[in-house]
Amino acid sequence: MNAITSNLLFGIILSLIGFEIGLFIFRKTKFPLFNPLLLGILFVIGVLKLFNIDFEDYDRGASFINLFLGPATVVLAVPLYKQLELLKSNWAAISVGIFVGSLVSVVSVILLCMLFGVEEVLTVSLIPKSVTTPIGIELSKSLGGDDSVTVMAIIISGITGAIFAPLLCKIFRIINEVAVGVAIGTASHAVGTSKALELGQTQGAMSSLSIGLAGIITVIIAPLIFKILM
Amino acid sequence: MKILRQLTLIIGLFLIGDFCSNVLHFPLPGNIIGMLLLLFLLITKIVKLSMVEDVADFFLNHLAFFFIPAGVRLMNTFGLISSSIIRIMLICIFTTFLVIVTTGWSVQGVVSLNGKIKRRRDERNNI
Repeated sequence: MNAITSNLLFGIILSLIGFEIGLFIFRKTKFPLFNPLLLGILFVIGVLKLFNIDFEDYDRGASFINLFLGPATVVLAVPLYKQLELLKSNWAAISVGIFVGSLVSVVSVILLCMLFGVEEVLTVSLIPKSVTTPIGIELSKSLGGDDSVTVMAIIISGITGAIFAPLLCKIFRIINEVAVGVAIGTASHAVGTSKALELGQTQGAMSSLSIGLAGIITVIIAPLIFKILM
Repeated sequence: MKILRQLTLIIGLFLIGDFCSNVLHFPLPGNIIGMLLLLFLLITKIVKLSMVEDVADFFLNHLAFFFIPAGVRLMNTFGLISSSIIRIMLICIFTTFLVIVTTGWSVQGVVSLNGKIKRRRDERNNI
């Protein structure tokens, strides 16, 4: 066993297998709760626990995957560039919506954490919960948070949006297609966007435009709000 | 070759962003600066979409995979959150509801405000 786990490629192949299994189950069930990333993480943790393998053995190889987080964020500029055209028709409504949503997200997380007595390191890790993971991880680290908690919070927010957004929009009378798309993308990033795409083309496009913009706005306002409130 | 050239450009932009953040102390994380740089270069057509598109698509189509190691580290930090896991989940779920509703309402509010302004302007022009 040791001969396998000590190989640097062990962490990489285990992550790949976990993700493939997650993707397979998600594609078969199409249910947001069976999020491929969540299933992949649970699979890897399960294997490590089951065979009593040290996290360090896994992480030596897996840290190579982490290396690509930076470049993976840089390329988010590509969908943003492609969708910038969409901003032209409704730019005021879209930017006000994303700004308000990002502000509400950061402020409500901090206030609720204070109310429920959540420790500061956890509060900080939850602040980026609505933005796309590569931006969220970096924001969490720069505020002094823990990136593994942030990843979890981001997955929960994504799944919540994907499951409940259509119902919430109905209850709270959000009917405008642009509004629905921007709301889903701002609150639950790419995971929510897959749901928005099912609702319609406008909703999907608006949702994916909002992922990048909400990320940028949150990165700018979060440190300021953090300073004011904490 | 094409792939390697695209990768060079993308990693290069990331490292420039990282340098701006860590050495020049720009108040943004390095990867965001790299992203904004690429966006700027694309808008100004200095970099053509075809110069980054293949590698970008590869990363974007498999983006979630790259977060598995960060998530797996939760098995080490579980002690940190185990006592507040229910609170954390409730906060995440509730604030997501809140963001969806406030964002949706804001967009709709501005859209209908725009409509009203336009209608009033039209009416005035008709007089």
